[in-house]
Amino acid sequence: MITTLLYSMTGLILFGMGLFTLIVHSHPLRKILAVNVMSTGVFLILIATAYTPLGQGEVDPVPHAMVLTGIVVSVSVTALALILACRVQETSNLDLLKKKTVPETAKESTT
Amino acid sequence: MPKTRNRHKRLDGFQRLFLLLVVCLITLLGCILSTIPNSAPGLADAVARLQERSGVKSPVTAVLLNFRAYDTMLEVVVLLLAVIGSWSLTKSPLPEQDTDISPVQMGVVRLLAPVMCLVAAYLVWQGSHLAGGAFQGGAILGAAGVLILVSDFPWIRTIPALPLRIGLVLGPLFFVGIALCCLFFTGKLLGYPEGTAGWLILLIEAACALSIGITLASLFAGGRPDNTMKKIQPPAKHPPGKSL
Amino acid sequence: MIYPILTLFDILLALTLLWLGWHLLSTEDIFKAVVLFISFGLLMALTWVRMRAPDVALAEAALGAGLTGPLFLSALRRMNRVLKGERRLDSDENRGEDHAKNPKPT
Repeated sequence: MITTLLYSMTGLILFGMGLFTLIVHSHPLRKILAVNVMSTGVFLILIATAYTPLGQGEVDPVPHAMVLTGIVVSVSVTALALILACRVQETSNLDLLKKKTVPETAKESTT
Repeated sequence: MPKTRNRHKRLDGFQRLFLLLVVCLITLLGCILSTIPNSAPGLADAVARLQERSGVKSPVTAVLLNFRAYDTMLEVVVLLLAVIGSWSLTKSPLPEQDTDISPVQMGVVRLLAPVMCLVAAYLVWQGSHLAGGAFQGGAILGAAGVLILVSDFPWIRTIPALPLRIGLVLGPLFFVGIALCCLFFTGKLLGYPEGTAGWLILLIEAACALSIGITLASLFAGGRPDNTMKKIQPPAKHPPGKSL
Repeated sequence: MIYPILTLFDILLALTLLWLGWHLLSTEDIFKAVVLFISFGLLMALTWVRMRAPDVALAEAALGAGLTGPLFLSALRRMNRVLKGERRLDSDENRGEDHAKNPKPT
């Protein structure tokens, strides 16, 4: 009982920290890290509710299966989000680069 | 903690308000969590009762691939969707050869990759009676793929796209195909016929592990394979020292 | 309460998780945050074992620590490369279209 409560509270605080960072910080990588920490907190709460101490019966396998699929999905979502973030940065920086390079190419073409 | 806090910019009004809101939310949720009755029955007994008929001995595998197989099927499709999304966004930025990979790393990866494949196969087989299964095996396969991608073997760039795509859809295809066969023969989607559940689950798991491994590796590669590069690269890719 | 040392271990593990989580979310250096995240994932795997969920622990050790970390690191490198201003030959805009676009302004 006390173990369940302890780990649930840990998961809850992790969720809160992730939520706060997600809103306050602006760097995309940090936002994705925050979402990962949030999801870990949720998983911890789910697993903690299924926990029964040794010798007091079997552990509920249904939350375990749910968390297992959740972890795999969160990894794939993280990968997709990272690619999106990289893409955003590339395209936004590419415009700056183009502004810089346009006068040079114009010069070259005129000479 | 103190070091980072000193360097931190002071929180402005909005952020303080938000901090207050988050703390309130966490407190409320904590109150709710502490009042959940601990003696809720859960589903452990129900799973244990039906374990005999599920075809596997591990309860988690039974839940994943028999009792709630519909979830897992859709989840494999979600993985496929993630790859499609990343492929439609960008081409794979394979690193240019600016730094030489150390020969120690090449040798270790060469030894490690087959062992990891073996471990993945063992985990898939073990999933029927102990901890393990398609996801763990697929993750190990994906990690092996990441190692190979990081070491930048010359033959990575010449992987043809078609087998890669077939490998990606193999797992979902097997899953959906077996589900439809079950629908045809027993009248229930994913209702395995009596006595065949164990073999069907192993078949689905093997195909899914392969697909998940390829999916994770290609997510790490970060984009669709680049076939235009293939035509330019190979002549430059074989300096005599590199071919070891 | 049968195993007091186990309760001590629980408290220690929970505190370490919270400390790591706070640090990885509040450090200025993103690289440090990613490395802390990898160790956070490994500790989570330990937690799953403590929660009697070996399946989840296996998946977390392989995915949460082994795959998410490299994903973040490669994304970080890709972003830094863009920030440094190196032009990426393999991005869509740069290949071939430069020849088509450059004559237009002249």
